Amino acid sequence: MITEFGSFALVLALCLSMAQAGLSFVGRARRDVILTGAAEGAALAAFVCVAAGSVALIHAFVTSDFSVLNVAENSHTEKPLIYKIAGAWGSHEGSILLWCFALTAYGCAAALARGLPWDLKALTVGTQGALGTLFIGYMVLASNPLLRLASPPVEGRSLNPLLQDPALAAHPPFLYAGYVGLSVVFSLAVAALIEGRVDSAWARWVRPWTLAAWSLLTVGITLGSFWAYYELGWGGWWFWDPVENASLMPWLMATALLHSAVVTEKRGALAAWTVFLAIAAFTLSMLGAFLVRSGVLTSVHAFAVDPRRGILLLAILAAASGSAFALFAWRAPLLKDQSAFAPISRESALVLNNIILAAVATTVLAGTLWPLILEAFGRQGGVGAPYYNLVVGVLMAVAFVILPAGPLLAWKRADALAVLRRLSLAAGIALAAGLIVFSLASPRRAVAAMQVAAGVWLVAGAVEEAAGRLRAFRVPLAESGRRLRGLPRGAWGMTLAHLGLGLFVMGAAFESAWRVEGAAVISPGSGLDLGAYRLTLLSVDDRAGPNYDAERGVIRVVDKNGSLVCDATPERRTYDTGGQTTSKVALCPKGLDDVYIVLGERRAVAGGGSAWLVRAFWNPWVRLLFVGPILMALGGALSLSDRRMRIADGRRSVAPTAALAPAE
Amino acid sequence: MVVATAAPILALATGLTLFGLRGSISYFYTPAQARSAHVSAGQAIQLGGLVSPGSVVKGDDGAVRFVVADRLASDPVVFRGDLPDLFREGQGVVAMGAFDRAGVFVATTILAKHDERYMPRELTRALKAQGEWRGGGAAASYGAARAAP
Repeated sequence: MITEFGSFALVLALCLSMAQAGLSFVGRARRDVILTGAAEGAALAAFVCVAAGSVALIHAFVTSDFSVLNVAENSHTEKPLIYKIAGAWGSHEGSILLWCFALTAYGCAAALARGLPWDLKALTVGTQGALGTLFIGYMVLASNPLLRLASPPVEGRSLNPLLQDPALAAHPPFLYAGYVGLSVVFSLAVAALIEGRVDSAWARWVRPWTLAAWSLLTVGITLGSFWAYYELGWGGWWFWDPVENASLMPWLMATALLHSAVVTEKRGALAAWTVFLAIAAFTLSMLGAFLVRSGVLTSVHAFAVDPRRGILLLAILAAASGSAFALFAWRAPLLKDQSAFAPISRESALVLNNIILAAVATTVLAGTLWPLILEAFGRQGGVGAPYYNLVVGVLMAVAFVILPAGPLLAWKRADALAVLRRLSLAAGIALAAGLIVFSLASPRRAVAAMQVAAGVWLVAGAVEEAAGRLRAFRVPLAESGRRLRGLPRGAWGMTLAHLGLGLFVMGAAFESAWRVEGAAVISPGSGLDLGAYRLTLLSVDDRAGPNYDAERGVIRVVDKNGSLVCDATPERRTYDTGGQTTSKVALCPKGLDDVYIVLGERRAVAGGGSAWLVRAFWNPWVRLLFVGPILMALGGALSLSDRRMRIADGRRSVAPTAALAPAE
Repeated sequence: MVVATAAPILALATGLTLFGLRGSISYFYTPAQARSAHVSAGQAIQLGGLVSPGSVVKGDDGAVRFVVADRLASDPVVFRGDLPDLFREGQGVVAMGAFDRAGVFVATTILAKHDERYMPRELTRALKAQGEWRGGGAAASYGAARAAP
């Protein structure tokens, strides 16, 4: 009954989304506040309906109602409760429902937001409704998550064991909240294009939405990367796989948007470019959903793929983005910048940042789609990691060199010499760090040493910028403390994010250049050497989990002085349903490093007894790879808490407007 | 002004892309196709075919050796990593890597069939062309494994 109610709610949500779009656009055209108000009510109701549908699906999963197709295919009575709930978004249908949930939630938030000019708001809510119509329509007509089975099975087929993991249970909600958060920015851009007006008030609206989406996306990608790191047992954290690239591309565009919207808000410049980025960012989100869900590209993380319905997602993408870009081509010439800036200025630095980020996104896109381009010429194949490492590495290196200077440059016209003088200490530290790493680390690696120097440069630059803001060491400590609390949080958020990026770069450099790997077939009592560590297999015993049986090894890790680092307990699990085996990696943290241990398969030994294949990695500084992005996301959240980001306040001096073209 | 900044960056991006693509496109071949295309040692490719029954040997150093074959030719493959769960003798596999000088294919990533109906698209197509494919359409997903980089 609850399932039928949920199905009905989803159909109702489709109707409400159509009403939301229709009422908004008609209301705006007739300048009728009652109609646009009704549209806002429809946005609210559509969210409530999709939420009801989601609750119905989760209910079906929790109660293991196998008469629902989705539950029968992705759940099992013996599965732990958290993975029953997470199973609700583990399938194609469920993930589309999650997408629609996020879409209507953002639509509802936009409808409830205060302070936006009513015409702009009406068109934003309307565009959000149009997007809702497309996606909810797809869900109801082609991908119903609540479809019933005529003859329900006694037991379900269970969720892929690889997905039964806490990090991955949380990964899709964060990722989708990020992806779909960009839909609001998209809608704001479309609304601004229809109105023909992009001013600093508009940009002030775009910034918090972009920040929220960007922070959530950062967390989502990091969770996914961390999952791949410890769940797949391959020792790596990023593989330049199409599914990974699909999440990176909108992130890059959102990062560019974050920076260009600042220029549009503060200086009334780059209006058309900011609008373009807003459309492009959500377009890449939709492209990501299509690439991941259609299976059109061969991926190592292909879960819940359905090629036939994928083409429908492509059609939705074409309809939404096609019309938005057409609108942009038609209206963008109306958007004129009113302020100019000198070649050495903060605007210029941000323009450079934007060009590089957009170029990186484009090259990643080219590499990701390359198999399709080859196919058009009758060949089959793909592009490997060396391509991405080269192209992304070199382009980002350019960005990293200029990044610390950006926040120190003044708007409009800056004194390059003064900035260089301020950064000389940071540059010296970075250079020294690079040289030390180059001469001490073995094996000797020049490129990795340069990467480390780049990371240190970013961190030192961020610290220098913060110290300058606090006037540290130049005014009494109490005065600095007061400034720490008094200065706007937005600036601290930026510092934190840039710091996080620096830490990430350092972690990436160390981890990829100086990782040590070892593998051996060993029986209890014997061991293997891994860099500075000695691993000894103490015992292997059997253990029963809730829905799997496991062999659990106890492996003692000692360092070269013979002192104990940890007793690691990697597992090899065989799941009852489907008989799939997975490795539960044991992570043994030591400072910023991980000793990473995988228990492989059992081998018979000549003369009786057993031995196990043990594979281990020493991953130096790998923790920074996850700490860095989390700091970036926290920086975003901190900026978001800045009072200036809450538009309702509106207590700000009016910045110059970018363009005041006629509305119709 | 913006154009003056953008031009060198875009030129750099384009140059890098073309250079990078030239070096790292890996084409898909079955063993017979690889032979007729004279794939040289060290060139990154994707090798697809069926795992020859009885050919899988698991070494004590963590390496797995097996033979990938199509109807006309076969190649020895070595992979240092945990095989995907549904790697089976007699079934389809796509290995990414390169041949060494001795003609052994050193795989860095292995994609194998994950359920009864699915194979990576490239393999399905190549085997169909050779008349060796006897399966249905596509389905859910497949297993993958990767050697330590």
